[in-house]
Amino acid sequence: MKKVGVLSLQGDFAAHGAALERAGAEPVYVRERAQFGAIDGLVIPGGESTTMLKLLHYEHLFEDVAEFGSRKPVFGTCAGAILMARSVANPAQESFALMDIAIERNAYGRQLDSRVIELDTAPEFTARVGTGKLEAVFIRAPIIRSVAADVKVLAEYGGTPVLVEQGRHLAATFHPELTRDLRVHQLFLERL
Amino acid sequence: MFQFSSEQFRLKVGLAEMLKGGVIMDVTNAEQAKIAEDAGASAVMALERVPSDIRKEGGVARMCSIEIMEEIMKTVTIPVMAKARIGHFMEARILESMGVDFIDESEVLTPADEEHHIDKNDFKVPFVCGARNLGEALRRIGEGAAMIRTKGEAGSGNIVEAVRHIRTIVKEMKQLTVLGKEELMHSAKTLGAPIELVEWVAAHGKLPVPNFSAGGIATPADAALVMQLGAEAVFVGSGIFKSSDPVNRANAIVMAAKNFNNPEKLLEASRTLGAAMPGLEISKIPEGELMQGRGW
Repeated sequence: MKKVGVLSLQGDFAAHGAALERAGAEPVYVRERAQFGAIDGLVIPGGESTTMLKLLHYEHLFEDVAEFGSRKPVFGTCAGAILMARSVANPAQESFALMDIAIERNAYGRQLDSRVIELDTAPEFTARVGTGKLEAVFIRAPIIRSVAADVKVLAEYGGTPVLVEQGRHLAATFHPELTRDLRVHQLFLERL
Repeated sequence: MFQFSSEQFRLKVGLAEMLKGGVIMDVTNAEQAKIAEDAGASAVMALERVPSDIRKEGGVARMCSIEIMEEIMKTVTIPVMAKARIGHFMEARILESMGVDFIDESEVLTPADEEHHIDKNDFKVPFVCGARNLGEALRRIGEGAAMIRTKGEAGSGNIVEAVRHIRTIVKEMKQLTVLGKEELMHSAKTLGAPIELVEWVAAHGKLPVPNFSAGGIATPADAALVMQLGAEAVFVGSGIFKSSDPVNRANAIVMAAKNFNNPEKLLEASRTLGAAMPGLEISKIPEGELMQGRGW
């Protein structure tokens, strides 16, 4: 069984762990440097990116995540997608730059602008993990403002990418871990 | 009617999920909010006066002033919560119109209604409510609360009440899991809680919404203790800005929430903190001044 790390500094890491289990993988709640050696991929969950950044530095884990991402697959949702982006706006902040995307924090507004949307997905997504609408839970979500040419857009909402893949890395601005649909997690597990 | 699967309830609980493992800090102005955000708070709670000052100064404690709230919302990028008085659904409507991210229907403020809480299902903004036992927690969830915080004694700097209440709720949940189906209606009756929610807890052994802890948390060790006992995140009120070194203490409690299982890291977080807020012996607080008993 694939062992998948879930960065467990703050946020909905438990929901990701449960989703990974349902998708047939073994979650490892990563809180220490020593745990990176034993995992095949890493999930950066939703939560507050400012809090996670603070803890990544307190705990001297920032370089470990960056190094892990340079050789293994990483999947980020919401705050996780923000941390994976090449550039972050509103306000500008540090990130791992694992994917060539530019992202804007809290871009839909506040909690009252949070929403659940039934998404259409790209043909490549349905070919790899199955057809049907994809339920997407957006919570104080960021918006991906631009992507490099080799970034695959697997789903869009309101004219902007919400699920993107580049090489071995995957990012969603919504929360597949909060739904029963496992296809986005399966997409990631396929890469491991 | 209460519906777990409704889109609105899922969005409310979804935001609560994002706050897990973090520290929500009480702030009374934008400057404190900035300090909290920089220290790694996962959200801030705006209020007029911190509980220890409410306790000292007395008078009616209401929701925070609009100007201060707007300034806080402009200053930080993390979620902003705000307290409304128990039963004061118009304070809550005003806060919702402002766009705050979460409302705390809080016993720390002076109650506006001594019988009824706010019908929280009727709001788009999520609510958190305090509880001392499982019945109180399930009544609040039945009204639409998307997060529970087990109550301590706010502004006391004394963790004993928070410990008592989280232990009570955890024990009452465990007890339900071993009962037969035919026993649950009686439990619903004695708890004073909706049967659907009693059945849910009996089946899952936990609350259907995130369960955080608040009230009396003053040190990194306090935060770790309540998380060991089952809290999924902590609220810190007077504990930070009434200590001698708020920046260091805020940092240390954020570290402690992440490392609640790691004594060496807790030791590191507990060094050079300066003085904690002065604490109060609960038995020395006159009965009428206890905040935890507010909420019905």
